[in-house]
Amino acid sequence: MSAVTVDQLVVRFGDVEAVRGISFEVHSGEVFGLLGPNGAGKTTTLRVLTTLLRPTAGSAAVAGHDVRKEAIAVREAIGYVPQAISIDGALTALENLEFYARVTGVPRRVRAERIEQSVDAMHLAPFLDRLGRTLSGGMLRRLEVATALLNRPRVLFLDEPTVGLDPTARQLVWERLAILREQAGTTLVVTTHLMEEAERQCGRIAIMDLGELVAEGTPSELRTLFQAPTLEDVFTAATGHRLEEGGGFRDARTRRGLSRRLG
Amino acid sequence: MRAHAEGFRGGWANPALRVGDGVGAMAWAEFRKLRHDHLDIITRSVQPLLWLFVFGTALRRNRALAGGFHDYRAYLAPGVMAQAALFIAIFFGLAVIWERDVGQLQRLLATAIPRLAIVLGKATGAAVRALTQAAVLLIVLAIASISIRWNVLDILGSLVLLLLATGGFACLSMTLAALVRTRERFMGIGQMVMMPLFFASSALYPLSIMPRWLQIVARGNPLTYEVHGMRQLMLGVSTGGTLWVDFVFVAGFLVVTALVAARMYPRAIL
Repeated sequence: MSAVTVDQLVVRFGDVEAVRGISFEVHSGEVFGLLGPNGAGKTTTLRVLTTLLRPTAGSAAVAGHDVRKEAIAVREAIGYVPQAISIDGALTALENLEFYARVTGVPRRVRAERIEQSVDAMHLAPFLDRLGRTLSGGMLRRLEVATALLNRPRVLFLDEPTVGLDPTARQLVWERLAILREQAGTTLVVTTHLMEEAERQCGRIAIMDLGELVAEGTPSELRTLFQAPTLEDVFTAATGHRLEEGGGFRDARTRRGLSRRLG
Repeated sequence: MRAHAEGFRGGWANPALRVGDGVGAMAWAEFRKLRHDHLDIITRSVQPLLWLFVFGTALRRNRALAGGFHDYRAYLAPGVMAQAALFIAIFFGLAVIWERDVGQLQRLLATAIPRLAIVLGKATGAAVRALTQAAVLLIVLAIASISIRWNVLDILGSLVLLLLATGGFACLSMTLAALVRTRERFMGIGQMVMMPLFFASSALYPLSIMPRWLQIVARGNPLTYEVHGMRQLMLGVSTGGTLWVDFVFVAGFLVVTALVAARMYPRAIL
């Protein structure tokens, strides 16, 4: 069964076509990577799938629900960790968990239990009483994932989950995500611009560039198809240009602000 | 698929319950934040106290300004309470922009919580802050033995009015935030909206001493009704309003701004 279906999806902002008729499918229980440079349309695609943005044309379904017609059902079935920090710095880690348990409609009688499970899954126990703004980048990311797990999502969307993290924190985040997928069967949809990370962590990959989907398959399939030694070379072969940092002022500001705050 | 089979819709079959739960959660979070930051309440109380004790004392014997009431400071007290709450509410929009710039807004909008609940929850948050502030001011009024009527029901009534109006102004502010989207522009707009609201109202002086055109403007200003109602309850004299009209106008203001804000709020992320 497919967790996500995207069919001929188009998103236009005024004259700019951010997503130009892409189609792909994510299978239940896999780790799916949406790859590409900043400005490729990954985040826009993710926003459509999380019902934050209405598509201009085409269709998308998550957990069997149409993002346009059944937005509420989609929101109930997903967890979303945006690229920027979604933790409230003025609340403690535990209060953040409690807050998201409430706003995602976790019934009162199971709240404590769900929070405990999330805390265990993401190894958060030692700093539950610390204020959000005092946590390190890796702790924050794990806390964010934990808050996104409380409603037992079928599909978890992560936008650049390891941006600004040091290698150890990065490794720990991936390790916890892998265990989550194995134990709860949660489907993971991840965007990243880090090719070697995608290669190691994702079961299947779709490469986006300038709003179009240029290649799709398992990392080894893609390497064979494009006769390239690494995904980075696959990208160059598929798009005809090298992977470069893109994005506008706001992107850059968010990214740098993020790494600054994440220390 | 264990992950979904246990489902979580149980508690949320009813949409009204959803809104209620959402509002509760947002207000709870705001309350917890306040508990972590006591200083905020203190620093925010400075400005209203300056109005009350410097401005109010300087003009203490001015009967015209007090609409004939014997003590201008008592007359001013409800106005200053309402103004302090207005300041809190108007800058709640700034929090929306801040939450957009970090990822909180996106996150919240991707949960099944209704937009109306988000907006009303934030409004309740503003009201919670306004209430703690009002409590501080009431204590100061008592200590300074400023002669308001200390009737429990009347005080509670005036606080209800304060809460409704603060919620309404917070919704107005969130709508503005969704439209202007950057902090810099919002600061300008915030001032532009707040100062006229304050001066073209009955907060500092009665409508009767205003020129005709300003009276007309003030008649459309929710702050006027808020202050009129609070004043009537706290001082026991009508200063140019009817209590039930004040409540209806302020409640209507909250309903309209909340509905508009719930529609506009998701646009803040674009």
